[in-house]
This record gives sequence, structure tokens and C-alpha cells, in this order.
Amino acid sequence: MGISNLIFALFLGAATFLFGKNLLIIRRNILLGRDIDRTDNPSKRWKTMARVALGQSKMVVRPVAAILHFFVYVGFVIINIEVLEIVIDGLFGTHRIFAFLGGFYDFLIGFFEILAFLVLVSCIIFLIRRNIVQIKRFVMKEMDGWPKTDANLILVFEVLLMSAFLLMQAADLNLQNLGAEHYVKAGSFPISSHFAFLFEGMSLETIHLIERGLWWFHILGILGFMNYLPYSKHFHILLAFPNVYYSKLDAKGSLTNMASVKAEVQMMMDPNADPFAAPPEGADEEEPQRFGAKDVNDLNWLQLMNAYSCTECGRCTSECPASQTGKLLSPRKIMMDTRDRLEEYGKNLDENSADSEDGKFLLDDYITREELWACTSCNACTQACPINIDPLAIILDMRRYLVMEESAAPTELNMMFSNVENNGAPWQFPAVDRLNWKDEH
Amino acid sequence: MENKSTKLVVPTMAEMMATGENPDVLFWVGCAGSFDDRAKKITKAFVKILNHLDYKFAVLGAEESCSGDPAKRAGNEFLFQMQAMANIEVMNAYDVKRIVTTCPHCFNTIKNEYPELGGKFEVVHHTQLLQALIDEERLTVSGGAFKGKKITFHDPCYLGRANEVYEAPRSLIESLDAELVEMKRCKSRGFCCGAGGAQMFKEPEKGNKDINIERTEEALETKPDIIATGCPFCNTMMTDGVKNKEKEDEVEVMDLAEMIANAIDI
Repeated sequence: MGISNLIFALFLGAATFLFGKNLLIIRRNILLGRDIDRTDNPSKRWKTMARVALGQSKMVVRPVAAILHFFVYVGFVIINIEVLEIVIDGLFGTHRIFAFLGGFYDFLIGFFEILAFLVLVSCIIFLIRRNIVQIKRFVMKEMDGWPKTDANLILVFEVLLMSAFLLMQAADLNLQNLGAEHYVKAGSFPISSHFAFLFEGMSLETIHLIERGLWWFHILGILGFMNYLPYSKHFHILLAFPNVYYSKLDAKGSLTNMASVKAEVQMMMDPNADPFAAPPEGADEEEPQRFGAKDVNDLNWLQLMNAYSCTECGRCTSECPASQTGKLLSPRKIMMDTRDRLEEYGKNLDENSADSEDGKFLLDDYITREELWACTSCNACTQACPINIDPLAIILDMRRYLVMEESAAPTELNMMFSNVENNGAPWQFPAVDRLNWKDEH
Repeated sequence: MENKSTKLVVPTMAEMMATGENPDVLFWVGCAGSFDDRAKKITKAFVKILNHLDYKFAVLGAEESCSGDPAKRAGNEFLFQMQAMANIEVMNAYDVKRIVTTCPHCFNTIKNEYPELGGKFEVVHHTQLLQALIDEERLTVSGGAFKGKKITFHDPCYLGRANEVYEAPRSLIESLDAELVEMKRCKSRGFCCGAGGAQMFKEPEKGNKDINIERTEEALETKPDIIATGCPFCNTMMTDGVKNKEKEDEVEVMDLAEMIANAIDI
């Protein structure tokens, strides 16, 4: 084991440690949310995850993006097998440790090359779609600044990594052909052989130096990219799976019945209930929760996981009737705001004490009332989301806070409420007239 | 196309109970169906079909109250649950098992949100009931005035995406020997009319267009003779949209119940 193996081991250890630390922070942040029970029906949940997350079934609505994304997705998952070899080689100073697999190894390496090439082409097309074609959902207001940079960084990262991999292969091929020591004759080079000419006329030492340089660039790039994930929308590659697993299985139209409200309404309607009865033992130990959501910790952990899973593709917003007719509401922004606020909330917890408040809230500081009231609850956003994120659930919880804690519904809605309360209809018609239509002509 | 006026037979649950009878289905009329002038026509058309078939049904009449859908979606969970529990109590007292409704909002709420509050009913939308009646050959429909007409169907969100009922209304249109033309955004990608989530009861937020205008323009692009739908709120929104586009002389907005009633000439 040489000095370079030691350096490699240090990088690998540091990268893994840092990544693990950031994963724990994200986990902590997600668990700041209220509890919600999603342990039911595991078999249906596994099936949904296999279909929607693994099988990408909801991507196909937009076939071009679906195919390109499929290449990148499959490429990412499969090329990672090669990373295993790279890590072993790096740690033990071996080269192409799996070469003993023979023909199968050659097939694998050739397959990786083709995938790497497809990933490269897809990412370049994605860059073009974002920056030159400027597809509308990629250039909306909420994408200004960091979100746009983030998206481009991810793509550039992948372009560089794939290029490094293919060039490294090309250099390796040259070294193999020149009979360089240490470079076993192994692998196949369906793509990189076309770039082998780049190294023509170079000395064996130069090529070796370039090959090593690319090798280090590639693996350090991968470790760097891994550590970039927790700061990026690209985190979806990990969270998409649990996010789909825990997603709502009920009909889309079904909204949760608030348990806290149910208990109170049942008591109100129970003629035998004693309003002065002492609360049951242990009931007053917990601080009563807010109705609905004013800040991220009023949401449940699944809603917070949704926010970390969102990759800002904007399919929700591009199907949202409010967004499409120029209203302020954008379901994607709801998710982005929730994540931004959650990260800020978590940071405040880390920097100050656990019960410190920063005076900011998800409501008003991030999401405005105008956005919330523009939703038609049509479920176009939840239908469009490729990984079953539910922006509507957050909108509803925030409306609940506005109505039940602040009585801050728009005036017309307050009129509707009082009509329902007084005469059992959203308009001012008495209940006794309900059947008048029968005799009208 | 106006439907003919005939005397409607509309028994209430209370009347049925008094005579010791039990209806096959409770027709949940809904607030729009009870009070809104346009929606009342849909209610009457549906009842005409039921009467025509001697289908044993009843309504709650004055004992019906708002399902709570607009309150819930506007964030007033208290009001929703009070409405829901009161309605459930009434229906459970009458031992209601099966409900049909012409309003997808009531349909969705009673079907999906009432069970957890103690109201477990089998709930169908009127287009599903009508389709079942055709399948059972209790109801025979031929094209009539609709034969060869171009009809586009606007999916109500609470029927379509919310509950995945896409086929029943479409097969009803096909049973009318009409030409069904789909809008660009249909079925699971259908575009809202703008009324859901309690928007029906308030002015829309500031934007560059009203949602119902956007949807009506899309419907008009199919050059339809009729825009069909299955929701009283969608009906209002699309009717307003057609008027806004000054197309009310060429294009009619109709509920499927009205179309079926008209086709069987009752």
C-alpha cells in the first residue's frame, strides 16, 4: 500500500463522514415534523414504490424528458457498480480488480461506456433545454438565483464525471496497447476507442500521468458530488424512494380529517358529554398543538420529506390551473419554500438553543396568503409529480391555520362559512326550501 | 335543449319511513342542486330519468345539509366535521346504505371523508348509476337529438382525478351516438374549471386570465356542439365562459343527466 492509497483512504473516509453527518442533519430536520402514521398496507406501498420510483411510471407523461431522465437514472445506478471497483483499486493499489471475471467483465465495462455516453448526451440536452430552449417551467421566477445554478451545476458535474470516465478508458486502452506495466488487458471500449486517437504520439509516461489524473478527478468528483447532494435538489435520487413509499394511498380527493377537531366536535355533538369534566389523565402534559400549519414544525414529517425530495422539475406548476392563469401560486414554490424554511429552522436550532425562535415563519415570510387562497384543490399538481409529492396537503394545512387560528379567510369565504353554519348551505337559502325545485317549472 | 316538464315524484326519506318502505338509493341532491337555478335543472332531469324507470329512490329534503366540502377545502375543519357528523347521524338513522349524487364534490366528500367519521355508505355519481342502468338494460338510450353531434367532455376534478371516474360519463356520450371529441387536457390531466377548493364562493386571485376562460377556450377549440360535464359547479363556470366568449348561441353546456333525459324524450 503506497502513499497514494493512504491519501485515497483519507479522502474516502472524510467524504463518507461528512456525507453521513449531513444525512443525520436532514433526518433530524424531517423528524421536526408532526407524526403521521404511514405504516399501513406495506405491500401496496412496496408496489407503488416499485412502479412509481423504481419504474418511473409517472415520468412518461412527457416522453422526451422521460427517456433522457431514464438514461441518466439507469446510468447513475449501474455505473455505480464500477465505482466499487474504483474504490477497491484506490484502497489497495490494484488495477481493474474485477478483470478476472473475463468476458463478463468486458461486457460490463462496455455497457458502462455506452451508459456513460448516454448520460453525457442526455445531460447536454438537458443543459440546452434549460439554458437555450428555456422551457417555461425552468425559467419561472422561483428558479432565479440558486435553484437555476443548482440545476446547471448538477448537469455540469455529470458531464464532467462521464467525460473523465470515458477519457480515462481511452487512456487505459492506449496504455494496454502500449503494453504498460500494471495495465492488464481487460475491458471493452465501444465508445472510448473512438477517442483513443487523442493520445496518439504521446509517450507512455504522459499517457500514464493523464490516466492517473483522470482517475483521481473522476473519483474525487464522485465523492464531491455525493457531498453536494444534501445541499442540492439532486437529493431526490435518495429520497424519491422513501417519499413514494410513504405517499398517500387513498383517493386523491380524500383529505385528512383532523383528529384533534374530531374529538372536540364529537364532544359538542354528544348530549351526554360533560363540558366541565376533568381532562383524562396525562392529557394536559402536552402543549396543545396549533390547528393547521404556520411554520414547518406544524407540518408532518412526510410533508417535510416531500420538501427534501422535490427536484424542482416544475411539472406540478406547469399543470396548475392557478399558475397557468398567472396567479401567484406555484406548487413547486410551496415545496421549495418549505425546504428553505426548514433548513433555516434547523440551522437556528443548531446555532442557538433548542427552544430558540428566530421570529420567522413559513407563512408570510415564505409563502404568502395570496398564494394559498389561489388553490382550487384540483390535484393537478399531485397527479403531475413523478414522485408523489403532495403540495396540496401543505396548502390545506396552512389554510387551516389561517381559518381556525387567525380567522383570516377572505371575506366571501367567511360569508360562505356563516351560511353553512346557519342554514346548511353555502348560500343564503333556508333549509326548508331545499325541496322547492320539485314543484318549480 | 329544454327538457319537457312533467310532475316529478320525489319522496323523502321521512315519507318512506312513515310508510315502512326502503328506497334502493338515497339521492343526495346537494346545495347547488337544491338552490342554484341552473343546477336545479340537472336535478330535475335526473329525477325524471329515475321516475321514468320507476327507480325506487328518496331524498332527504329539508334534512339534507351541506356536505361540508367547501368548508373543509377552505380550511374550516370544524365546520366541515360538524356538517359531516350531523349528516351522518341523519343518514345512519335512516339506515342509508347507498347514495347517488349529481355533485362530484358531495360524492367525493361522502365517499372518502365520511367513513372515518362514522358514515360508511356506497356512493356513486349519477353518471355511474346511469351507465349501470344502461349496462343492465333497464335504460335504453339512443341518440335522438344528439346523434352525430360533436360533444366534448370536461372532467370535473372531483370526479376524475380525485376518484378516477373517467369512463362512465364518456360511455354515456357514446350511447347517445354522438362524436366524443377530447380536449388537449383531459382525463387525469384535465384542467380545472376554477371552482374547486371553495373558489366557487370567492373572487379569484389576481392573474392574467380567469381559469374558466382558459378552460372554455380549450373546449371551444374542439369546435363542439355541446360541452358536457357532470358537476353543477363546472357547469356554472363553463356556462359563464361560453357567455364570455359570446358563443352561447352555438355551444350549449349540459350535464349528462340532462342529455340522457332529453335523448329518451321525457
